[in-house]
Amino acid sequence: MDITDFYDTFFEEAAELLEDMERHLLELDIESPDPEQLNAIFRAAHSIKGGAGTFGFDVLQRTTHIFENILDHLRRGELKLRRDIVDTFLETKDMLQDQLAAYRNGSEPDPEAFARICQTLQQMALEELGKQGPEVAGHAPAPVPAPSPVAEPAPSPEPEAAEAPVGEEGTERLRVVLLGVAEKDRELLIEELKHFGSILGQSGDVQRYEVELATGESADDIEAVLCFVVEPEQLEIQALAAPAAPSKAAGAAAQAEAPPHEPMPTVLPAEERKTVPAVVAAPPAPVAAPAPAAASSPPVASGKAPANNNNNGESTSLRVPVAKVDQIINLVGELVITQSMLDQMLGRLDGAMHSELVNGIALLQRNARDLQEAVMSIRMVPMDFVFSRFPRQVHDLAAKLGKEVELVTVGKSTELDKSLVERIVDPLNHLVRNSLDHGIESPEVREAAGKPRTGRLTLSAQHQGGNILIDVIDDGAGLNRDKLLAKARSNGLAVSDSMSDDEVWQLIFAPGFSTAEVVSDVSGRGVGMDVVKRNIQSLGGHVQILSRQGQGTTTRIVLPLTLAILDGMSIRAGEEIFILPLNAVIESLQPRSEDIYAMAGTDQLLKVRDEYLPLLPLHQVFGIPGARTRPSECIVVIVQGEGTRCALLVDELVGQQQVVVKNLETNYRKVPGVSAATILGDGSVSLILDIADLQRLNRRQSAARQERAAATEQELMLS
Amino acid sequence: MTSLKQADLAAAIADTHTREFLVFSLGSEEYAIDILKAQEIRSYENVTRIANTPDFIKGVTNLRGVIVPIVDLRIKFHLERIEYGGQTVVIVVNVEGRIVGVVVDGVSDVISLSPDQIKPAPEFSLSLSSDYLCGLASIGERMLVLVDIDKLLTSEEMALVEKTVA
Repeated sequence: MDITDFYDTFFEEAAELLEDMERHLLELDIESPDPEQLNAIFRAAHSIKGGAGTFGFDVLQRTTHIFENILDHLRRGELKLRRDIVDTFLETKDMLQDQLAAYRNGSEPDPEAFARICQTLQQMALEELGKQGPEVAGHAPAPVPAPSPVAEPAPSPEPEAAEAPVGEEGTERLRVVLLGVAEKDRELLIEELKHFGSILGQSGDVQRYEVELATGESADDIEAVLCFVVEPEQLEIQALAAPAAPSKAAGAAAQAEAPPHEPMPTVLPAEERKTVPAVVAAPPAPVAAPAPAAASSPPVASGKAPANNNNNGESTSLRVPVAKVDQIINLVGELVITQSMLDQMLGRLDGAMHSELVNGIALLQRNARDLQEAVMSIRMVPMDFVFSRFPRQVHDLAAKLGKEVELVTVGKSTELDKSLVERIVDPLNHLVRNSLDHGIESPEVREAAGKPRTGRLTLSAQHQGGNILIDVIDDGAGLNRDKLLAKARSNGLAVSDSMSDDEVWQLIFAPGFSTAEVVSDVSGRGVGMDVVKRNIQSLGGHVQILSRQGQGTTTRIVLPLTLAILDGMSIRAGEEIFILPLNAVIESLQPRSEDIYAMAGTDQLLKVRDEYLPLLPLHQVFGIPGARTRPSECIVVIVQGEGTRCALLVDELVGQQQVVVKNLETNYRKVPGVSAATILGDGSVSLILDIADLQRLNRRQSAARQERAAATEQELMLS
Repeated sequence: MTSLKQADLAAAIADTHTREFLVFSLGSEEYAIDILKAQEIRSYENVTRIANTPDFIKGVTNLRGVIVPIVDLRIKFHLERIEYGGQTVVIVVNVEGRIVGVVVDGVSDVISLSPDQIKPAPEFSLSLSSDYLCGLASIGERMLVLVDIDKLLTSEEMALVEKTVA
């Protein structure tokens, strides 16, 4: 087997680790970082380094190595966390992501970016050392300005060099016993141990191998690192006589004292505040949510959970290609159809004579349905998959716009179909950007309006019936009714002052509509809300807006739970059965012949309550043989597609049912007027109509007919 | 013994060059496709018609939960149309990851052909461009037309696959 077979696994894992890393970085409390999170960040870097080493991704390995060293100082409290450090780490994480992407594409990562980030990280290590040196040595808290990083003359030292002095501070002798560790792993472990201090002696065999180590590290730390390679049970760490000074305690004391010594020349903190707008991104999430709500709704994830959750998640989840899941879903669908076929046959038998068979089939039916439900749930993923990308985005965007924004996410565990999740990201992105750019005001404006400086953006997801509701809520300025109306007028839209608020808010969905006075690089180019609306509609959902001036805006996306199942109305034309998506159906009625008006020769209109709708004869568009052609003998279904209504002429309404949506393009091609197909109870295939596309098809055909008519007329004239 | 083994070996070596073909009939003509392309053979059953498509596309059917288009090569090759009967079968082929059903009159057998049995096809037919032919093979009295089903089904004129950029 080729090692490249494992590349993909590594890439996916590394990508996941980087995501985790980013989340932890964003959640870090600068003032008092949670050691668990620091460890998690360190572990992520360490694991990537290990993998990169195995696969020979040299640049990646070197970058993560340097990164890991700094993280190590950080988690041991030797480096005080600052906002700019976190930002550098985020940059590093992006850089790692780029490197991964490069390797994935089979190319080498950009060496310049690598050099730059290494430089930055090394500088940071150096700076930290410069401060660390005197403190560890027990010097008085130098009031002298600490050597500025730029002034540091050092000839860009090796990261190892940065590490060495730390390792030698205070020593303690530990005996590390490895139980049942294979020779290959043992070498690795000893290599690892060398980073912690100096090895005084080693002996033993596979069963029990003892290493004597002089180190300034605590046994716990060493154990934590070694546990990447071996199981905790395989490890025993004993303290030997501690001859050296009570180094550990002293070290700890020094660390504890460190913060007070930390202040740099007073200029710096101020500068920090200036360059980095104190953006509070993603505090431990829903703690900020109103307490009663948190208590009553279970889906709200608890703030502390993520770190632990994730650790458990790794061992209890399975990565499976989507195609395999789709295949299972198909097979189960078949099973359900076969089962209903059996059920129908059973209906023809005498129940009393075959009671056992009846019971058996009933049991089969229940099992098949449970199985189907269980299989469908495999596709469901928690909204967290979507929400988790926003802390970073809000963090970066708010900084860019000079705003203070707090992000709150509610209902992260609400589940949604995977295919929907992927397609909801872009619209949601737009809405979040809109809220940050237009919604939430700058801190000064907020203060002047008597609001807290920090705006709050809430992302929430919840189930309601067969739908999922995703809300983007901001407590910003809200939509300005007058401005919207004025803008609409200047755009030539028909508006009046008597329009309801709801109608006014709907205006922002008009193409090319933007209320931003200045076009920023974040948003305001007028491509946005109309695209959002169209995307959501293509998923079978819709968008609602609630807004109150001065208090904020809520944009609500209502989506079906899954794209795989659709509420449909089955209709018949000739011998053929079609499915209409139920959300496109407005009403159905039997037309009277006096309500039908001819227009432009071939086209017909139907008058419904003083409204004229174009008639769309399904049998004509699809050339269905044997269908009824006289409108008065047919049924008309009034349908809406992309905002335009029309009257679809069909033979009969068959019924309403949920159908499993099957892609036609998997093995065939796009069919005009049809969005997908489904399998009916009898095993036959039925096409699902795409109303908007059907209207376009009808227009094309009608244009062609008129052209032909004109051509024949011309011929007649000529002859 | 040794000589026998050598003979086996020779046969085995020759075998690596022969390919197996699935032979089917359309009217009085016999065609063959690479057997590795055929996924299964089933009887012809209810097909859902698709509007506004060429007539050789019979429609789509349900193959264990997968929607599969069905094409009739008889119509495509401009042969006389016949009523589908109990003998009518569908060869389900897997072409570049797509599953397509091909309606034929009947499947007769599977034969092995060595390269020297396959003659290049002459440029002779309007309805079946030589692009889609691997060649001709004669087995005694029979002549087989070897069809490159990959190229045929993915060709633009079959309208089974979306044109590159629609």
